[in-house]
Amino acid sequence: MRIYLDHNATTPVALAVSDAVADTLRSCYGNASSIHFFGQSAKAKLDSARSDVAKLIGGNPSEIIFTSGGTEADNLAIRGVAEVAQHSRHQLIASAIEHEAVLNTFKTLEKHGWNTTLLPVDQHGLIDPSDLENELSNDTALVSVMHANNEIGTIQPIQKLAQLTHRQGALFHTDAVQSAGKIPINVQALGVDLLSISAHKFNGPKGCGALWVKRGARLKSTITGGRQERNRRAGTENVPAIVGMGIAAQNTLNALDSTTERTGSLRDKLELGILEGVPDTVVNGAPHCRISNTTNISFAGIEAEALLIALDLEGIAVSTGSACSSGTLEPSHVLKAMGFGSRRIQNSIRFSLGSGTTNTEIDRVLTIIPTVVSKLRRLSRT
Amino acid sequence: MRIVAAMSGGVDSSVAAALLAADGYDVVGLSMQLYDQSTGEQSFGSCCTLDDLTEARQVANHIGIPHYIVNFERQFQETVVAHFIREYSVARTPIPCVHCNSDLKFSSLLDRARGLDAARVATGHYARVERLESDNPAQEPRYVLRRAKDTQKDQTYFLFSLTQSQLEKAMFPLGGLMKSDVRRYASEQGLQVADKPDSHEICFVPDGDYATFIERREPSIARSGAVKDPSGRILGRHSGIHRFTVGQRKGLGISSSERLYVTSLDATTATVTLGPRAALERTTLTASTVNWISVKPKPETTVTAKVRHHHPEARARVWPLADKRLKLEFDSPQTAIAPGQAVVLYDGDRVLGGGWID
Repeated sequence: MRIYLDHNATTPVALAVSDAVADTLRSCYGNASSIHFFGQSAKAKLDSARSDVAKLIGGNPSEIIFTSGGTEADNLAIRGVAEVAQHSRHQLIASAIEHEAVLNTFKTLEKHGWNTTLLPVDQHGLIDPSDLENELSNDTALVSVMHANNEIGTIQPIQKLAQLTHRQGALFHTDAVQSAGKIPINVQALGVDLLSISAHKFNGPKGCGALWVKRGARLKSTITGGRQERNRRAGTENVPAIVGMGIAAQNTLNALDSTTERTGSLRDKLELGILEGVPDTVVNGAPHCRISNTTNISFAGIEAEALLIALDLEGIAVSTGSACSSGTLEPSHVLKAMGFGSRRIQNSIRFSLGSGTTNTEIDRVLTIIPTVVSKLRRLSRT
Repeated sequence: MRIVAAMSGGVDSSVAAALLAADGYDVVGLSMQLYDQSTGEQSFGSCCTLDDLTEARQVANHIGIPHYIVNFERQFQETVVAHFIREYSVARTPIPCVHCNSDLKFSSLLDRARGLDAARVATGHYARVERLESDNPAQEPRYVLRRAKDTQKDQTYFLFSLTQSQLEKAMFPLGGLMKSDVRRYASEQGLQVADKPDSHEICFVPDGDYATFIERREPSIARSGAVKDPSGRILGRHSGIHRFTVGQRKGLGISSSERLYVTSLDATTATVTLGPRAALERTTLTASTVNWISVKPKPETTVTAKVRHHHPEARARVWPLADKRLKLEFDSPQTAIAPGQAVVLYDGDRVLGGGWID
């Protein structure tokens, strides 16, 4: 039995989704920009998916731009707004714990002359709105703060941050890739101007995401070409994947409350079981302000890499920090920003549950982890 | 039984892993990442690069074993690379491969293997380990290190510093095979690395340019000094003693009517002394940090000794000394004895032990 507890990296594709994707691939091959019957059928599917995706976040279908995923959505939001604002404003603000899609885009724009500011977070990974207030000015073009963090699950006070941002006439973007499908999202209530999501984080296909852009917010396309997506994202639409994203969004929204409750109680059971069953463990993140499927735990005295491999050989899939940061020993920038020492960072493992996670699986994980951990600890002491 | 196979992405370690998997062992492939490759721009050495790690992963997938990359950048820097640079800065010529074996593969990697319930660590070395049961059941078995069947490829020179507890956990599946057998097996099994060239240079040094590698990490080493003849006459100047090894003839930058060799290096004055070949000849040497594989030989034991990897062995008598040192007397004068290199002693095909030349 293999147990998958890495849903923040990606999720299994729902059966209804893979059926719809395969069906569209086979039978609906028209180019959605074509005028004839084949084009119209594709366009109809696109329209319907756009509505479903918009519903998931409480937006209007015309405000949805389909992209190749969360990374492209983040890039489009930041670069697209920066391009429009470059002659009047010169500052971009993000949090220190953003995904690389945001952080590395900031680094590039900094080389192009932008002033970039990264806001600190506290020990729970939370931003203090007054820090944002202090950095904001009428020179700020965009503030980008993620809704929920991928490594620790902390949810930011987006509404408050967006309000402060708007007072200075700047736009607010949130990377909601890890919150979409895990907590209710309403773009109006959040008060944001741009919001990124990714299909494969809520049982949709990979290679498909969306940027929601509030009507009236100006943004320049970063990919040049045809006039697709209201001239904001050139390139023939990936209709099969977008159809899959639509179905996934629909299913996710319908089951959101029950999924959140289920994963929440299983996550709490897992977390409590580890804290009680394994000495010298500590949770990283904001206990009362987290997405319900995530827990990040440091196991003192153990290299997370060793624990991850040992657990995988036992059939349990977890992760250390973000799945993207391989090929380097760079410690998690998220835990670093929270002020933790390199030991606690290198000891940290992320467990992220999904809608398919079962009580039996959590029981099994709780019987295996104490044994594996104590064995690794014995070895590291010798 | 679970075995960890150290997989570098080369043909030897790939075949070692494949052979064990074919024998029914529960093989887990581990590849060591030894330097930060996140920039993707810098050029790296000849082994354990991103391409090698990719090939190791593909081989593991092909033979159906799990494979993981373990990050030993810190350990590699602290043990192998730091020692490499330190040795050059005191005018010695190190062999990093020996340290990589005893301080990384059969140390950090072995620890990792233990954590995964693996009984042993297997590598693609050409060498053999033999377990000798004692007649007295109360005594622990001893482990003996023997030359590989393929004497051309034998790598025992690089393994002399392994201890009994390390040898107990070591597995060398290629020890009884010829290199040609290994390549044939790789191609029969459809391993994509079957025709991959062997790596010869120091794996972590890009393009074999070790001098630049050292200077970048230890700029003070590039200190100019005098090149002298045995009488003390200055023949020229050099740009750093790390560019020289005792016994070296090429690249001296000196024109002379007779063939000149580096006969000694002085780190404090940064002096390189040259002399004729005869000035290199020595019949004795001492070595430190000696490791006796199984038992310490009696004084004056006759052995064959190797002072470089690709160098014929010479007959000698050995005297173990206090403080893990040894003295060696060769039957005939030797010219390739360089401080920092290893001297490894054999009794037939058995490795008695070795140490670092003073």
